[in-house]
Amino acid sequence: MPAAYVRATPAPVLPPPAATGRSWSGLLRNLVGAPQSLLLTGLVLALIVWLVPELLRYFVFDAVWHGGAAACRAANGACWTFIGQKLPYFVYGSYPPDQRWRVNLVFAIGAGLVIWLLAPRAPARRLGTWAAFLVYPALAFVLLYGWPALGLKRVSSDLWGGMLVTLIVATFGIVVSLPLGVLLALGRRSHLPAVHWASAGFIEFMRGVPMIAVLFMADTMLPLFLPEGFEPDRLVRPLVGVALFASAYMAEVVRGGLQALPKGQSEAGKALGLRYWGIERLIVLPQVLRLTIPAIASTFIGLFKDTTLVATVGIFDFLRTVDSARLDPNWSGPTITTTAYSFAALVYFVCCFGMSRYALGLERRLAARYGRTAG
Amino acid sequence: MPSSPIERHGAARGALVQVAFVLGLAFIAYEGAAMALAHMRAHHIPFDFGFWDQRAGFDIDQHLIPYSFTSTYGRAFFVGLTNTLVVAAIGIVFASLIGFAIGAARLSPNLIVAKCAGAYVEALRNVPLLLQILFWYNAVLKALPVPRASLAFPGHIFLNNRGLFVPAPSFSPMGVSLPVFHGFNFTGGARLSPEFVALTLSLILYTAAFIAEIVRAGIAGVPKGQGEAAAALGLNARQTRKYVVAPQALRLIVPPLTSQYLNLFKNSSLAVFIGYPDLVQVFAGTVLNQTGAAVPVIAVTMAVYLFVSLIVATAMNLYNRRIVGVAH
Repeated sequence: MPAAYVRATPAPVLPPPAATGRSWSGLLRNLVGAPQSLLLTGLVLALIVWLVPELLRYFVFDAVWHGGAAACRAANGACWTFIGQKLPYFVYGSYPPDQRWRVNLVFAIGAGLVIWLLAPRAPARRLGTWAAFLVYPALAFVLLYGWPALGLKRVSSDLWGGMLVTLIVATFGIVVSLPLGVLLALGRRSHLPAVHWASAGFIEFMRGVPMIAVLFMADTMLPLFLPEGFEPDRLVRPLVGVALFASAYMAEVVRGGLQALPKGQSEAGKALGLRYWGIERLIVLPQVLRLTIPAIASTFIGLFKDTTLVATVGIFDFLRTVDSARLDPNWSGPTITTTAYSFAALVYFVCCFGMSRYALGLERRLAARYGRTAG
Repeated sequence: MPSSPIERHGAARGALVQVAFVLGLAFIAYEGAAMALAHMRAHHIPFDFGFWDQRAGFDIDQHLIPYSFTSTYGRAFFVGLTNTLVVAAIGIVFASLIGFAIGAARLSPNLIVAKCAGAYVEALRNVPLLLQILFWYNAVLKALPVPRASLAFPGHIFLNNRGLFVPAPSFSPMGVSLPVFHGFNFTGGARLSPEFVALTLSLILYTAAFIAEIVRAGIAGVPKGQGEAAAALGLNARQTRKYVVAPQALRLIVPPLTSQYLNLFKNSSLAVFIGYPDLVQVFAGTVLNQTGAAVPVIAVTMAVYLFVSLIVATAMNLYNRRIVGVAH
């Protein structure tokens, strides 16, 4: 049977679909096209036009850049000389000035380790991990607390403060919560009911209560549960609280990674004759940790912000030093409070935003390398 | 049932590990409890609820249930609890409204609106909540003029360093009571303390940034083909949003949204820093300091938060099951 219709000439070429990308005309249409869009654009533009010059005036043009407390008292803008004057206090707290080189050394080593561990294509990263998680905490403790036998004067933790304490709390939190969180996550997925329920109970308890309550608990109840004469240091109590609290959140992050890993991975491990710990250590955890790096980073950002809460139990972290410095009667200008809080906000913003950008970049790099979206 | 020798061996080992684990935990718990009891006896720290019916002897600025300094510690607990619940309830409602609006604005085709919404989210998310609370309380509300020079807003709303004065419903006579400046301060209406305003406002703005991000991710998570299919079926933009995008986006939005609600509830405990009388400030703060009964007070405080978290988590699971059930 002959075909009913056979095309003899080529079909005309259809025009390409309209571009969906951004163009200037499209942008203009979006901004002022529909009446409600025009209205929104106008409102937002009015806000920007009002806000930006006002902020510039307050923080730049009318701000006090040189001059003392008297200039600040008369000023109608931010008082940056106050920040400059108080900066050492914000960084070191009341740490004795002649011993501050020890803090600087701890900062420098820490920065070096962070670069070693986080830079792409760094050599001997395994060695760096051990150094960061075992050697560095001990070294930092000896340097900061002192060891008279080595010629380092004792500096009581009552004198520690500022960014130093914020970084100590955050670092201690991450260094303890990562291994503990992995153990808790494995425990929660265990087939042994006792281990499962104990881990799940701990995780859900910590995630169900506010961190302030945990800090209160650590501060008032920890001394009760330890032998007489073994009073934990004032700074150690919140550190324990923060570490336990962060572990529960870390455990949930790791558990998410464990669930995302195909079951075939551990089955293959079994087929190779590996036992439980062999499978977890050699096959499961390396993949899971790589998958969860972005989520771990965002947990760390949360932890960094939460370190401000240690002020509840009388620790002078960065925010607390800023908050107490603004009450200094020598600097009783009308704009001191706003200046102090703006400076603190800027510092936290730069840290947290920087970390989140790094995590985003890492996520993209991992996705590109392993051909799937990580996290 | 374990049948092969290897499986039997594994089961026996598992049982052994569990017994050792439980014994270890029990040993630590027993030793800790014994130590704590000995400590508390030695230092005369109360460890029962005997204080519950005793006179508290301190005043609480804001109380929704009758309370005076002759009331009991138990009463103080309920005052703190209601104050926490009020902040959480108001915070959740307004944080949702603002969060959904900003989340939607981030996906707006209007570039300026989208960028501004993005800037809001990044700025608020990356600054600690405590700093925001302190800023609103110390730098803004405390720096307001005295009542005589109040900032007046339309609708008989006045703002000064004593707080926010708003009209309130009154019952005798039936009607609305308006705040009126009289002598040195306002009478009539309702006064919202600066502590309450600062705490609630910061919680709302901070949580809204997180909710906006969840909403954005939820809407962006609906495959583009869904909207195209709706267009092919002849639905207009509004119908597409209502019948196709929103139901699917909600399925992605609701679980993380609940955890943000719980976060807001837990974060209301930051009231401690500015002296708003919430559960933690009144009970785990003042009551604990006065009675010294650390263990019962902390236990009750924790139990309240755990109880609410548990209820919300259970409700969440039920909702999730229903939604997933509809899908399959």
